Amino acid sequence: MSTSLRSRQGRLGESVARPDGIPKVRGQFAFSSDLFAEGMLWAHIVRSPHPSAIIRSIDVSAALRIPGVRAVITSDDVPGRKSFGLDYPDQPVFAWEVVRYLGEAIAAVAADHPETARRAAAAIVVEYEPTEPLTDPVEALEAGPIHPLGNVFHRQRVRRGDPEATGAVVVEGYYETGMQDQAQLGPESGLAIPAEDGGIDLYVATQWLHVDQEQISACLALPLDKVRVHLAGVGGAFGAREDLSIQVPISLLALQTGRPVKIVYDREESFLGHVHRHPAYMWYRHHADAEGNLVKVEARIVLDGGAYQSSSFAVTVNAACFAPGPYKVANAVIEAVSVRTNNPPCGAMRGFGATQTCFAYEAQMDKLAAALGIDPIELRLRNALKHGDTLITGQVLKGTAPVAEVIKTCAAAPLPEDDPGTMAELALPGGAGRTADRARIKRGVGFAVGIKNLMFSGGYDDFSEARCRLENGVATVTCAAVEVGQGFVTLAQQITREVLGVDDVILAPATTIGIASAGSTSASRQTWMSGGAVQAACLAVRDRLFESIAAKYGIAALVLEVVDGRVVSLGGEVDVAVLEAASGEVFEETVLYRHPQTFELDENGQGNNNVSYAFAAHRAVVDVDVDLGLVRVVEITTSQDVGRVLNPRQLVGQLEGGIAQGVGLAVMEEIVLDHGRVRNPSFTDYVIPTALDMPPVHIAAFIEQPEPGSPMGAKGAGEPPLVSSHCAVVAAIRAATGLELPRAPVRPQDIALSGTNGSSGRPSHKDIAEVLP
Amino acid sequence: MGELIDYRLRVNGVERDVAEAWLGESLLYVLRERLGLPGSKNACLQGECGSCSVLMDGKLVCACMVLAASAVGSEIVTVEGLTPGENELSDIQDSFLTEGGVQCGFCTPGLIVSVHDLLEHNPDPTELEVREAISGNLCRCTGYGRILAAVQAVQESRQR
Repeated sequence: MSTSLRSRQGRLGESVARPDGIPKVRGQFAFSSDLFAEGMLWAHIVRSPHPSAIIRSIDVSAALRIPGVRAVITSDDVPGRKSFGLDYPDQPVFAWEVVRYLGEAIAAVAADHPETARRAAAAIVVEYEPTEPLTDPVEALEAGPIHPLGNVFHRQRVRRGDPEATGAVVVEGYYETGMQDQAQLGPESGLAIPAEDGGIDLYVATQWLHVDQEQISACLALPLDKVRVHLAGVGGAFGAREDLSIQVPISLLALQTGRPVKIVYDREESFLGHVHRHPAYMWYRHHADAEGNLVKVEARIVLDGGAYQSSSFAVTVNAACFAPGPYKVANAVIEAVSVRTNNPPCGAMRGFGATQTCFAYEAQMDKLAAALGIDPIELRLRNALKHGDTLITGQVLKGTAPVAEVIKTCAAAPLPEDDPGTMAELALPGGAGRTADRARIKRGVGFAVGIKNLMFSGGYDDFSEARCRLENGVATVTCAAVEVGQGFVTLAQQITREVLGVDDVILAPATTIGIASAGSTSASRQTWMSGGAVQAACLAVRDRLFESIAAKYGIAALVLEVVDGRVVSLGGEVDVAVLEAASGEVFEETVLYRHPQTFELDENGQGNNNVSYAFAAHRAVVDVDVDLGLVRVVEITTSQDVGRVLNPRQLVGQLEGGIAQGVGLAVMEEIVLDHGRVRNPSFTDYVIPTALDMPPVHIAAFIEQPEPGSPMGAKGAGEPPLVSSHCAVVAAIRAATGLELPRAPVRPQDIALSGTNGSSGRPSHKDIAEVLP
Repeated sequence: MGELIDYRLRVNGVERDVAEAWLGESLLYVLRERLGLPGSKNACLQGECGSCSVLMDGKLVCACMVLAASAVGSEIVTVEGLTPGENELSDIQDSFLTEGGVQCGFCTPGLIVSVHDLLEHNPDPTELEVREAISGNLCRCTGYGRILAAVQAVQESRQR
């Protein structure tokens, strides 16, 4: 169920094909929903139909009477810790006494057939006493607590310079971004197999095997070595799989029935069963001097964390630290807070706090440019961060910071020449069937730049372990880094070939057995962290090989190097193929790789809390039918700070894929809530870009300035495409329409009904500057 | 679940027995869970995403929307049926791999089937026609750029 991946060619810098690509295109790759075990049962989870309620009773007797039902479990059956959570375990495995969001798990069933499990779940009688849900995040700041731990997850203040400083030009704005869903195509799913030692083998799609293991072990009250978590094929993640979902319920059912238990969510359950991107409510005031140099940035940011904490803490820190964006400013007064509500829990999604504030600060930069009468690109260049500058946290940028370079190369790219007057109807706003009136189409161009931190921060002990074994000319690499589609499996093999000069590389299955954590596949960190661990393990093996050869030849190991698959010495005494040199011996080394230490922020948000930063610029061209409010994104151009290109084609894929999610966030995607009820948990109602919605992406430049300290000079590239791309699209719509459009996603009525009250209907918090001191 | 039924499906040119099945099972469930053909995927289970695309009597359908028992007498072709023998790939599969059209891979089998169907009926589509033809197949990883490149590469190689 977890298979090794073998490949035989491709060095760093080449567009090597994925080693899991052949089974994937043949339909033979085993995703977590494809697993099978003899005698397996099917699980189904009972979920709360209320966003807020008291549980009066749970009666499972009718479910247990259904033929084919093998077990029903509730919170009473969780033998260990009854709750879980990435930062703090405040989320019940199964709710007891109280439910705090619609979709919260109440019970689970295992049965012979999935339909029997569904019917048994429906036969469980839960008596609820619905209570008024607390769904407004600003009200939640003052309201009575809806959880014993209170309603505030984290307040992050950042104060720098003179809070009274002011500039000749001041612009103010209020902005919102909605609740985006990762919409990873592979549903939450997995298979739990009870083991003879009383433990469990769990095959699951996750982002972080070892943290799953720790949390499952606590809930099951089993020692770590009896909870073995194996990576099954992951059908995308984007943050949705960082928290636990199915892991504890199916493990418990498997232990209780003594049989393997499988579960597969349907799409509605997936929407209800994982965290989303925090909606953000943001008030901003920018001060600049008459030349357009930023003097001060003020921001008040409220993030709706939903019912449970998940990763709200770190999302809040990011939102606060990146509040001014990739610009130099000496004075800052920033207050960000994440709060608990009865909305669905929010946590990690690609961009992680930086995506939300970018929407506000880039709109502010455009406003500021207009107020100053300066070209918006010029204003950005004037304030662009560079190496050696100080961030609002007081951290000095010691790494590369080619902000001006990404702006210049992106802005200089030619604009598309096609003309709405002659384009095919399908390519007009609205596409087939709702085709826009050509004469009423307005074209707009928008620009945005973003900043994102790489890897875990704030003093977290962030590491990855890898093992390399060289035997009979074959290098086997073991690492628990999770492949979610991004291409780590390709890169790990490229690195191994590069260092050892062998062709034949096997990547062992990712599992918690016999190897330490690789950390999470998130925060754009695996290329640097697990790539660094693999590189270090391979280098350690190479050193052992060199020592062995040096001893044979009676020379110093220092003079040896690997060139084109051969070990050669500087003096020419040694020139032997690696395959031959390593024959008959086995070399194995395991290395734990850590990035340089980071530190927690102090009470004023000051401190060296990050390792490295990456930047990207996006330019969007849109056509808008101003009468119908329909938008077609015509093209996106981008430049990105990537350090070093390790696999060009995979890198392009990261940029295009991230930008697609940015197009979605700009004009299509939002979890629509009505008093805590998710109204669109399907791909019919939560629309993600199709091939017709997604414009061509032109990559103006990969800015390659090797990052000091990065094992291969590369910066993680997954998140920057989704930090500023949505901002560029909305800026382009503003340019086409002249509307303020302070909220993403932009809906047709926000454009077509902009002069009426028809576009409102949501809580608005323009007063958060007063609520947050 | 009421009476269980037996029937026979013709899948990828082979008669397959389905025994003691619940009448309500979808073609997708039967392919994946009873016939050992998990290539057709289950991203939405309600006809929205195209990940379970198969050919039924030569017509592109979502297997999740077909009642398996209603497919008796039909010719079903899945991604496995479009795959040549061991260690071989169709030109479309090979192109998806080499052009970078695959990331997580969950949408890939459905897209392979859709693109196969498109090029059978329209060997030389415009880019807009390709976009329209695959607009029923959602992909969340790639932004479609490398998928379009893969289709274009197949078109070019077939014309040579």
